[in-house]
Amino acid sequence: MLRVSNITVRYGQTVAVAGVDLSVANGEVVALLGPSGCGKSTLLRTIAGLETPASGSVCWDSLDMGSVPVHKRGFGIVFQDGQLFPHRDVFGNVAFGLRMQGVSRGDRAERISELLKLVGLDGYEHRKVTQLSGGEQQRVALARALAPRPRLLLLDEPLSALDRELRDQLADDLARLLRSSGTTAILVTHDHDEARRIADRVVTMRKGRVTS
Amino acid sequence: MKRILLVALLAAGCSTAPQAPKSHEVTLATHDSFVVKQEVLDEFQRTSGITVKQLASGDAGELTNKLVLTKGNPIGDVAFGVDSTFASRALQEGVFAEYKSPEDDKGAQRYKADDSGKLHAVDIGDVCLNIDPGALAGNEPKSYEDLTDPKYKDKLVVENPATSSPGLAFLFGTIAKFGENGWQDYWTKLKANGVKVVSGWEEAYNQEFSGSAGKGPRPIVVSYASSPSAEEGRTKALLDTCFRQVEYAGVLNGAKNAEDARKVVDFLLGEKFQAQVAEQMYVYPSREGVALPESWAKSAPLPEKPQTLPADKVRDKREEWVEQWRKLVQG
Amino acid sequence: MAWSAAALLPLGFLAVFFAWPVLAIITLGLREGGLDTALTSSDTWDLVAFTLGQAAASTLIAVVAGLPVAFVLARCRIRGLGLIRAAVMVPFVLPTVVVGLAFRAFWPDGGVVPIVLANAFFNVAVVARTVGGLWAHTDRRAEDAARALGASRPRAFLNVVLPALMPAIGSAAAVVFLFCATSFGVVLILGGARYRTLETEIYLRTVELFDLSGAAALSLLQFTAVLAVLLLGGLARRRRETALQLRGREELARKPVGGEWAVVGVAAAVVVALFTPVVGLVLKSLSTRDGWSLAGYRALASTGDRGTLAVSGLDAALNSLRTATDATAIALVVGVFSAFVLIGLKRSGGRLAEALDTALMLPIGVSAVTVGFGYLVTMDALPGDFRTSPMLVPLAQALVVTPLVVRMVLPVLRSVDERLRQAAATLGASPARVWVEVDLPIVGRSLVAAAGFGFVVALGEFGATSFLARSDAPTLPIVIARLMSRPGALNSQMAYAACALLMVVTIACVLLIERLRVPSGEEF
Repeated sequence: MLRVSNITVRYGQTVAVAGVDLSVANGEVVALLGPSGCGKSTLLRTIAGLETPASGSVCWDSLDMGSVPVHKRGFGIVFQDGQLFPHRDVFGNVAFGLRMQGVSRGDRAERISELLKLVGLDGYEHRKVTQLSGGEQQRVALARALAPRPRLLLLDEPLSALDRELRDQLADDLARLLRSSGTTAILVTHDHDEARRIADRVVTMRKGRVTS
Repeated sequence: MKRILLVALLAAGCSTAPQAPKSHEVTLATHDSFVVKQEVLDEFQRTSGITVKQLASGDAGELTNKLVLTKGNPIGDVAFGVDSTFASRALQEGVFAEYKSPEDDKGAQRYKADDSGKLHAVDIGDVCLNIDPGALAGNEPKSYEDLTDPKYKDKLVVENPATSSPGLAFLFGTIAKFGENGWQDYWTKLKANGVKVVSGWEEAYNQEFSGSAGKGPRPIVVSYASSPSAEEGRTKALLDTCFRQVEYAGVLNGAKNAEDARKVVDFLLGEKFQAQVAEQMYVYPSREGVALPESWAKSAPLPEKPQTLPADKVRDKREEWVEQWRKLVQG
Repeated sequence: MAWSAAALLPLGFLAVFFAWPVLAIITLGLREGGLDTALTSSDTWDLVAFTLGQAAASTLIAVVAGLPVAFVLARCRIRGLGLIRAAVMVPFVLPTVVVGLAFRAFWPDGGVVPIVLANAFFNVAVVARTVGGLWAHTDRRAEDAARALGASRPRAFLNVVLPALMPAIGSAAAVVFLFCATSFGVVLILGGARYRTLETEIYLRTVELFDLSGAAALSLLQFTAVLAVLLLGGLARRRRETALQLRGREELARKPVGGEWAVVGVAAAVVVALFTPVVGLVLKSLSTRDGWSLAGYRALASTGDRGTLAVSGLDAALNSLRTATDATAIALVVGVFSAFVLIGLKRSGGRLAEALDTALMLPIGVSAVTVGFGYLVTMDALPGDFRTSPMLVPLAQALVVTPLVVRMVLPVLRSVDERLRQAAATLGASPARVWVEVDLPIVGRSLVAAAGFGFVVALGEFGATSFLARSDAPTLPIVIARLMSRPGALNSQMAYAACALLMVVTIACVLLIERLRVPSGEEF
């Protein structure tokens, strides 16, 4: 399980996250809800290891992650706007994490087609990512993040760049997907409805602090 | 790394060893106008066993300056191309070593720079006005003075003495002719008569001069006494407007292979090399009794009474004269 | 810390083959005094003003003329574009003496206007290629969005496109400025004796007047002026740089529509203007007093009229190719290394990044003659007396090419969204793996472009090469200059034929290099 204790993150003089504690149990999906600029994304990035906290600790199963570099934490991330690798096709994007783990070629193909089925992009393997719609790009990003079976999935406003209808549909898909795969996840969002649809538990943040 | 150091140490050791290096290689530092017929060079290498490595770039000025800068550890063993306008600087800085060549008194002595025996005259390349008789229609100038005649208004193109060596030689010629206090007056008249100044020989000869392939607008240009030999009789040099430039060779002080370097000097002064300088480098041999190519005898004979200036005078006054000229002609 | 250690390779290269020789020759000159004489002379300050002024004007013209060409190269789907892309490089390799003479044909008395135009002529390609490289990958949607919000096409260009292109424009302008500030042959030929720059004056003082102290003082001034401009340029770049969404060119290029045809027209006019002198010299290579002839081209297989050259024109072409290949290889290694180090240093927020960024540009802004004479007084300390080593030519050329590689690769690298690298990291890629998997493939196209460009610059490099090249291994530009300095119709015709050969070689090489694909990652 994830245990975040008394984390503070500063950018120069401004305090983005002020002494936050947070625990996420295995298999649990927690939503971090709050207005933009409340520090929720910063908290997420700190958990991933992309920001260095001024104080406090991030632990996974009692192991302190402080000295573990990003690529060895085993935490996956999905950004708001996908950030797919433009020079690789859908297959290449989803395969990336598997290649890093040294998964064999055959196993990779199998896992990828399974994941694409899961996110509803069956048969999209050799599409160029730059030619996908926004919703499709996010699905690929999700599949890419899930492929190496991360112990924790971090979702940074994964749906907010999409239009309303698509968002609702994807939110349901996402909820189902996280449940069915038993993934431990933190979802950052500013949308109450979305938070409630997807998460088991909602934590609200305001001005760098957890308020509930 | 260790290996490099070892090699470096060995190399350093070799160069300080007293006896001559086993390989008979001589490095010849020269300017980019140096050319030698391959057969002649090959024959020298065959008969002497010496391989000549050429290191050529820039003009005579650049060469002289390179030699001065590296005099403690010269870039070559022998140098060719320091000319009479730069000779005294090279001598003053101790660039060259003394050597009495058996070929020195075969004609080269006539053009010697001084009595030190360090520089050996290899060739002569006089700078003269060239004209295009066709464009002048029988109205040819003969002397420096003629150029101030309104008949020749806007007909002359010269090179800037600050940026061009023939330009500088022409300025020296006018100084030698009219004296240190008279040349300014002459140039004032030239200016009034529409002299055109360009920065280099390429523009003057190839673009402005009417007698070259460029077919430019001006029929009188500052070039070399030898240039007409390349124009198939269409142009000629005015032999009373020449300034003598002599090119020297010498063994460099601190040469790694001084013994073979001396043989290269002998070679440069020798019959075989001298016989081909006219055709290869557009200059006149310093050696007596060397025949010029046939076409030269008619179109490009060696000027008989060229202007000259003492070398140390040139060294001391060069910058001042050029600066005065700049103010006078361009101010 | 690892970044600081990695910075040692590019810094070491610069230190040994640039800083050391330059400082050595300057200190040698300053030992004789004369700095205050030079600094207090009004002549000197006129020189500085004219040098910077003409360089600024030339840069402005090159940027204005280069942008439409960049647009066409990046955004238009037009038949034969590949050839145009290669052909715009041609002016860059032409020896200055040839271009100078071509411009003198139109302006027989020289002057400021032809100087500025000739400098711009050489450098339009820098702008077109550098800016085009980024433009080809800049998302069209921001522009479309602005248009949808009611912005006219020019307005959308000014408010959306131009700011996005600013890093590349800034880069290109800095490079062009440096090339123009140190342009030598053009100023000499077209300036007559009236117009002089720091560069021509340093040359004259060093080579013709033996005034090393005066040359050293002017070199210091040149150094300072160049540094000041680079720092200003750096400030402008920092303010403008933002991450862009990079897209593939195929999706962005399309047939021009509406007003875009006007831009295409302007670009065509620029290309025609660039090729006027080129066509002129091809005609010269074919004409003789007795009509048209291929004698000049036939002579390329020989050593010139009565053996003007030590090697044949064709051998010189091969030498050029060999030397340029070596120089490009060295420059790519040092340049790519530098660019990655710069990005890494910047991420960790070091001051060192800015220092290295600026230092890398300096070699373009310093007189070739200063570097060349610097080599003479230092390189004998390297094993095997490096002063006369044939390796010195490609090394000196690489010094000029490296900054170009950095400038072409860096904007693309910087415009890669940091989160793309972060995504790779969370998927298990170590920092080194992130380079290989993300940065390198994305930068691939601009790397290929940089290689092509660098190669061309090395092919055309004259200043340092003429100083260092051995007579038994001259490059084509050296051979051309050599032929031009001899009387005789055949030599002159052969010089122009050699120019034509140089142009053909250039276009062929650029086309060939651009066919290369970076092995990892597909084209995007």
